[in-house]
Amino acid sequence: MKLREIAHSRSGDKGDISNISLIAYDAKDYARLREHATAARVKRHFAGIVAGEVLRYEMPTIAAFNFVARAALGGGVTRSLALDAHGKSLSSLLLEMEIDG
Amino acid sequence: MRTVRIGAGAGFSGDRIEPAVELAERGELDYLVFECLAERTIALAQQARRADPDKGYDPLLDRRMRAVLPAAARNGVSIVTNMGAANPLAAARRIAAIAAELGLPSLKIAAVVGDDVLAALMAVDAEIAEIGAPLSRLGTRVVSANAYLGADAIVTALRAGANVVVTGRTADPALFLGPLIHAFGWRQDDWARLGAGALAGHLLECAGQISGGYFADPPLKSVAGLARLGFPLAEVDEAGGLVVTKLAGSGGAITAATCKEQLLYEIHDPAAYLQPDVIADFSAVVIEEIAPDRVRVSGATGRARPPTLKVSVGYLDGWIGEGQISYAGTGAEARGRLALDIVAERLALTGAAISPLRCDLIGVDALHGARGGSAYEVRARAVGCAGSAIEAARIGEEVEALYTNGPAGGGGVMKSVREVVAVGSAYLRRELAPAEVQFVESDR
Repeated sequence: MKLREIAHSRSGDKGDISNISLIAYDAKDYARLREHATAARVKRHFAGIVAGEVLRYEMPTIAAFNFVARAALGGGVTRSLALDAHGKSLSSLLLEMEIDG
Repeated sequence: MRTVRIGAGAGFSGDRIEPAVELAERGELDYLVFECLAERTIALAQQARRADPDKGYDPLLDRRMRAVLPAAARNGVSIVTNMGAANPLAAARRIAAIAAELGLPSLKIAAVVGDDVLAALMAVDAEIAEIGAPLSRLGTRVVSANAYLGADAIVTALRAGANVVVTGRTADPALFLGPLIHAFGWRQDDWARLGAGALAGHLLECAGQISGGYFADPPLKSVAGLARLGFPLAEVDEAGGLVVTKLAGSGGAITAATCKEQLLYEIHDPAAYLQPDVIADFSAVVIEEIAPDRVRVSGATGRARPPTLKVSVGYLDGWIGEGQISYAGTGAEARGRLALDIVAERLALTGAAISPLRCDLIGVDALHGARGGSAYEVRARAVGCAGSAIEAARIGEEVEALYTNGPAGGGGVMKSVREVVAVGSAYLRRELAPAEVQFVESDR
């Protein structure tokens, strides 16, 4: 299944760093996300876009995660040649990730 | 327990105007905050100020103030905004002039200055993280250096009776934290309350992004009334408790889900959200829907503020040229690819100094690289960096020349050239960036 079936997301930028949230619609899916949407999996899913490390912060009280990806925005918003220089659409890419149902 | 009602009137410089008017008119607000200053905008504003010493503030300041000041003055709503950009004092004078023109009672307008730290930063020749070298390496390319100020000067201004406080670079949450510190008399080292106040500011600073804007993804996430989206307000109590809501009858929605997305927006470690006034900790925040469009957010705390202020440094970094052209029908992708190959070859053939050059097929691979699927129509996009406007323009010229020299059926060429104002960051000890408040009174 795709992550978008059980979670929603928003991404933001600071310099060349993108942060991408992953929020369970239903708190009962938090453990499943915790097991499958690991930092390593997300880093692989963003291959070709994110050059740096990906960190995952856990937010159990709101059944959510915050992924922080370094070297993710082509050098930062002001110098990037990307169409989506802010990486706003990276949330949609994260939600396309397949996990075991 | 006493509560303060604080609203968000804008979440970026180009934001809609009417939602703020609606809040000023019937929000029963104590404060209305306008966040209008993106990271890079202040460098552009600094350039505007150099061209004209009376300019350098937000270009939409006139429209926003004309729209909102009458209701704000009538209802006793104090306004806090960073629309001063590179010239808060000129902005304050302009607001005073507008108030007088509108025939409003005399208003006290405070300008917060001191965020321009270029001289101090040069004196210590601070390291710029993004270039991995000291500031001096950028030489004459430096346009601006502005520290993210905290809430102190805003509190000073409100304590002196300011009806409007206009700042330059200030940490966005501090625009909200300042009024809360003033209203409740929170101590400067009451880290738990300052952390809670920073949370209120963080949730509100992007205005409509917590009230249903930037959220809709139908059918999974539907939001009604986005064309008349209501901007949010928070009811904050003196212990830092907070309920986010919006006006009845406005569009949008405030739910646990919209609040969660905004809570995590543009933060890194939720346990260490670095602000000039506090290191806020959102790691144990609890979000509860208590009524339709009413969400309680609790559990934020904080610890001692950092000894340094973040500084954003604007510097000139060359030019970017771009051209786009569309292809449609069977073979659109192949013709788009051919078009881009021709542009790249032409630029090389004619010795254009473009580096790097990036080629995208919008509709196929522009956002996330090729991920499968075929498109009926594509837009070929060539974009690259150059040292001058003339070199950068070569990209658009070659894309336009595809009309008569490229693949069949290309249409809708657009081309552009822009100067790059890059943003770097540095840190400065806070005592080297003292903020100061100046007052302007409007005539009635």
